Amino acid sequence: MTDSKYFTTTKKGEIFELKAELNSDKKEKKKEAVKKVIASMTVGKDVSALFPDVVNCMQTDNLELKKLVYLYLMNYAKSQPDMAIMAVNTFVKDCEDPNPLIRALAVRTMGCIRVDKITEYLCEPLRKCLKDEDPYVRKTAAVCVAKLHDINAQLVEDQGFLDTLKDLISDSNPMVVANAVAALSEIAESHPSSNLLDLNPQSINKLLTALNECTEWGQIFILDCLANYTPKDDREAQSICERVTPRLSHANSAVVLSAVKVLMKFMEMLSKDLDYYGTLLKKLAPPLVTLLSAEPELQYVALRNINLIVQKRPEILKHEMKVFFVKYNDPIYVKLEKLDIMIRLASQANIAQVLAELKEYATEVDVDFVRKAVRAIGRCAIKVEQSAERCVSTLLDLIQTKVNYVVQEAIVVIKDIFRKYPNKYESVIATLCENLDSLDEPEARAAMIWIVGEYAERIDNADELLESFLEGFHDESTQVQLQLLTAIVKLFLKKPTETQELVQQVLSLATQDSDNPDLRDRGYIYWRLLSTDPVAAKEVVLAEKPLISEETDLIEPTLLDELICYIGTLASVYHKPPSAFVEGGRGVVHKSLPPRTASNESTESPETAPAGAPTGEQPDVIPTQGDLLGDLLNLDLGPPVSGPPLATSSVQMGAVDLLGGGLDSLMGDEPEGIGDTNFGAPPPAAPARVGAPIGSGLSDLFDLTSGVGTLSGSYVAPKTVWLPAMKAKGLEISGTFTRQVGSISMDLQLTNKALQVMTDFAIQFNRNSFGLAPAAPLQVHAPLSPNQTVEISLPLNTVGSVMKMDPLNNLQVAVKNNIDIFYFSTLYPLHILFVEDGKMDRQMFLATWKDIPNENEAQFQIRDCSLNAEAVSTKLQSSNIFTIAKRNVEGQDMLYQSLKLTNGIWVLAELRIQPGNPSFMLSLKCRAPEVSQHVYQAYETILKN
Amino acid sequence: MIHSLFLINSSGDIFLEKHWKSVVSRSVCDYFFEAQERATEAENVPPVIPTPHHYLLSVYRHKIFFVAVIQTEVPPLFVIEFLHRVVDTFQDYFGVCSEPVIKDNVVVVYEVLEEMLDNGFPLATESNILKELIKPPTILRTVVNTITGSTNVGDQLPTGQLSVVPWRRTGVKYTNNEAYFDVIEEIDAIIDKSGSTITAEIQGVIDACVKLTGMPDLTLSFMNPRLLDDVSFHPCVRFKRWESERILSFIPPDGNFRLLSYHVSAQNLVAIPVYVKHNISFRDSSSLGRFEITVGPKQTMGKTIEGVTVLSQMPRGVLNMSLIPSQGTHTFDPVTKMLSWDVGKINPQKLPSLKGTMSLQAGASKPDENPTINLQFKIQQLAISGLKVNRLDMYGEKYKPFKGIKYMTKAGKFQVRT
Repeated sequence: MTDSKYFTTTKKGEIFELKAELNSDKKEKKKEAVKKVIASMTVGKDVSALFPDVVNCMQTDNLELKKLVYLYLMNYAKSQPDMAIMAVNTFVKDCEDPNPLIRALAVRTMGCIRVDKITEYLCEPLRKCLKDEDPYVRKTAAVCVAKLHDINAQLVEDQGFLDTLKDLISDSNPMVVANAVAALSEIAESHPSSNLLDLNPQSINKLLTALNECTEWGQIFILDCLANYTPKDDREAQSICERVTPRLSHANSAVVLSAVKVLMKFMEMLSKDLDYYGTLLKKLAPPLVTLLSAEPELQYVALRNINLIVQKRPEILKHEMKVFFVKYNDPIYVKLEKLDIMIRLASQANIAQVLAELKEYATEVDVDFVRKAVRAIGRCAIKVEQSAERCVSTLLDLIQTKVNYVVQEAIVVIKDIFRKYPNKYESVIATLCENLDSLDEPEARAAMIWIVGEYAERIDNADELLESFLEGFHDESTQVQLQLLTAIVKLFLKKPTETQELVQQVLSLATQDSDNPDLRDRGYIYWRLLSTDPVAAKEVVLAEKPLISEETDLIEPTLLDELICYIGTLASVYHKPPSAFVEGGRGVVHKSLPPRTASNESTESPETAPAGAPTGEQPDVIPTQGDLLGDLLNLDLGPPVSGPPLATSSVQMGAVDLLGGGLDSLMGDEPEGIGDTNFGAPPPAAPARVGAPIGSGLSDLFDLTSGVGTLSGSYVAPKTVWLPAMKAKGLEISGTFTRQVGSISMDLQLTNKALQVMTDFAIQFNRNSFGLAPAAPLQVHAPLSPNQTVEISLPLNTVGSVMKMDPLNNLQVAVKNNIDIFYFSTLYPLHILFVEDGKMDRQMFLATWKDIPNENEAQFQIRDCSLNAEAVSTKLQSSNIFTIAKRNVEGQDMLYQSLKLTNGIWVLAELRIQPGNPSFMLSLKCRAPEVSQHVYQAYETILKN
Repeated sequence: MIHSLFLINSSGDIFLEKHWKSVVSRSVCDYFFEAQERATEAENVPPVIPTPHHYLLSVYRHKIFFVAVIQTEVPPLFVIEFLHRVVDTFQDYFGVCSEPVIKDNVVVVYEVLEEMLDNGFPLATESNILKELIKPPTILRTVVNTITGSTNVGDQLPTGQLSVVPWRRTGVKYTNNEAYFDVIEEIDAIIDKSGSTITAEIQGVIDACVKLTGMPDLTLSFMNPRLLDDVSFHPCVRFKRWESERILSFIPPDGNFRLLSYHVSAQNLVAIPVYVKHNISFRDSSSLGRFEITVGPKQTMGKTIEGVTVLSQMPRGVLNMSLIPSQGTHTFDPVTKMLSWDVGKINPQKLPSLKGTMSLQAGASKPDENPTINLQFKIQQLAISGLKVNRLDMYGEKYKPFKGIKYMTKAGKFQVRT
């Protein structure tokens, strides 16, 4: 008795028959019928017509029947949404069942019913299950949140499920933790900006504990999540590494690779002098080698990743060359990858072995593989200079085999060898010439023609050889035609007497009989050169050529660093950052390796290159042209900005400015000018405030915090990357804004990740809402050599031209260097614009508060802030938000505060703090309400840091 | 995570599909078929295939492609490992994993797949737990179920699911308590023309079959644990003990499982137990080639080599072969050009050999490539690395179990170039 009986059909029509059976009274018959329905479903038959009948079977005690009905429901609910509602009641009931298996089953199935209408009914049962006493139910419910989020993200957020999910990270059961992490990671992927997985040392510790106890799949989720964390210093990095290394011995290769990712990333932070660094390097090799003894599909993924690892840290596998030797029955995709890694690992020490292997591969059957093997020999010659001679003789041996495609590949690579080692191996040209006739591929023909042209003076019958190609000139591919044209011109310049006829022939073929513009243009150029100034022609055509680069196939260092963060993912298989292929730009957050930050500076090794691309010999790679942001700024960096403002619709902030000024003048005590004179040069200190308390008799109350922490300056956010190196041809800019004793500056860190020196830096801002502009030119004193980083503090003023931006605090910047002009835009925190004399007189405050219409009032909630009123006002004061009065109403502390922006706008605030409640209420009143949102953000940043 | 799974047979029919999220149309497999067409052999189909909206990750086992569809960035190894786990589970449930068997048990297959993944997240992949949830079909159970109407779906929460030892179920009872361990080593080697070793490594595993009552806590120690410097453990092994004492300490799963796998690659530790003498030559002028191979024992520690098979893919130009073996039987398939010689045991006194001629296409030039010889063999009672189990102790239970250890060495990918 097998399930195949379910496929037998009857005369009356299957559906009809099944319908009758499903409605049968006998339980047994019902179950059999449902099984038949499922069987038909699995092979893709449409049995959706039976929906009501199957759903009727749902209310049953028989678990198997229930499961089968659920299977059916998941498949067809989407197509029958109205009917699916019938199932809701049963789900709700099942979620209360005493058997945890049934509760879990219900919550699991619920989430798979992808019908919008139903989802809201499911929130309550899900909420209960997330708090269920049985961990099996909780872990299932965690996944259900991810499912629900996929169907209706807004609902999940509104219902607060995300917070519950975050709480599950601290669950006592490791399986629940793992599933919560998995669910959060999946949700986070569709919301790249959200801070769902906010990792801190405590949560990291919980994850590491759960790591030891959860299932292999859970370990993968946790490790991938860990990899997104940036430890605060090398000690923390080391301790995480120590706890992750045991995973390298796991039987599941995905666990191993995820562990490798974490280690590779955190290793960046460790000093190379540490003993532990060396130990870690040694520990990484064996598991990588072991991956290669797994099934071929696993090997393939492992090899693609090893390819990256070998480029980043060649020392790990330098002694393991032999495991990459190709077995003749490896699948072709494994063979090609192994070959690639062999070349990367080739060095003077092992070149003999490698060459022997490559020669062996060149006699195999598979054409693609043989070709690649021959190319690999050429790459060896270019990479390991000492081996060049041996490589050339190996290639000659291969040419002797006369196998057509081997010969052609060999000739292509020999051409490259000639370019790398000029005047060394030209003796082999004779052998090459013998094989002229057998070349039928354009690339090989072009290579051969190039050789003949380049060494025309050593080949007696060069003219004959080239003439033979010329016969079928029009049938050749463009590549060959161009090469032939150049070669004959070279020949003519070397042996002008005998070849005049030939050169005329080719020039007329190229210019008159061809309709390929490239060819024609090149023909004309040669023709004119030759006819006007043969000496100049000689200089141009026979100019010395630069040597070809060592390895042209290396991944650019910045991309490599990014890919290292993606070890084990699809990105690592394709060697492309996810932004290049993830659909719709979802989940695209650039990851970068953490910079090395030693907790004790003395252990720091002399080379402090952040994101440490290995120093020492750095192969010549020209970074690929990054896609530029586009001409955002519409300005040329050379001359200063001129011309009328472009955007006519832009709101000028001047009007608001007037208003601010008006308010200013009202407050008698303060010297009016300060707010404005502040801009240009930093005043010595904030004189007005340190002075006597202002105004009324209540001043002692108001002046709570004057004199405290005024010199420390505003809160400074950590530097973030504004311009990734990939977008700026290797120039990486990160930075932040600071305000200290009245002066604003932009702290920049410029890193050269390209391989050429950068000079001639300049910076310019586009017009912006508050008229921010550089107060001095960008001073980079010495040229920035590769891998070097400079820190610059650029003073800013606010006297630049004003244009309202969206968002308000958007700043568009152009940076120029000798390579190009790059554009980026960044958001500056508003609190850098809060001036030191932003403290308002109390009466003034009351009057202004009343005066500003209520529709200008904006309310915000500041969550998760555990400071008390005292600390809050101290903290805010250091960023120039001044507390004017403090009241206690019904146990709540009310702080009344004021601040002033550089353009004179006043913002008044009421901050309500309830002791013990981490959420504060913030009400803001301002005549220019558009700033409120940004002031609120400034509050958030200041209070939370 | 994993969206859908399609099972495709070698003739390109989709015979099972399962979706864990929304339904993905079958047409997505067209991209797979394209790739399949491009690859000449089934083994060469690339395991990762991008399509405009999805990624297809596949494994090929038992002449079936298991194709997983994913939509977001998911670690590919994760998916591939999981697919292999699916195959292993099917094999475990039904004895063999083949298209007819899967079709015969389609409902169980469906139920099992549903238990293995939830929303694309792995749920239960340990066969111990799965078997508690969905009972594997047996003839007896089918008969009983038909008569009594009982089901093959367990209605209890599997006990192991959430305990600290998720791999073991509780309440295990046996009348004969036994624990068997098989130390199996496979030699992967490439030997060059002249007989010297290019690479050689040992892939070792210790497979266990443990049928012990209750919650036994076992420790296994080795005479020479230093050999094992590159190991992967079953999750049950306590890693800390291994790090500090080089002892395997674990509470075993019930039944069959792989306790550990290891890798020995230090060249001097890998003894090569056989040698192959070969003389395969083509002449330019004649359409006949000479073929002669002899197999002999090398470092076998006094054990007999058995189950020897020689496989060789002959060059395309070879039309036929007329060979005489000194023992065993041989076949040559003129279509696939595959020569196979089933040698059997090697008797050191009388070495087996296979001699004769190859007939080549008349007038054709001699083939460019030399055939590679693939060797299979077995040696009982020997772990070629020299690994030896010292003792096995049991704690936590009172009874005295029956213990057994077996060693075996096999050829893995053992290739001799000619």
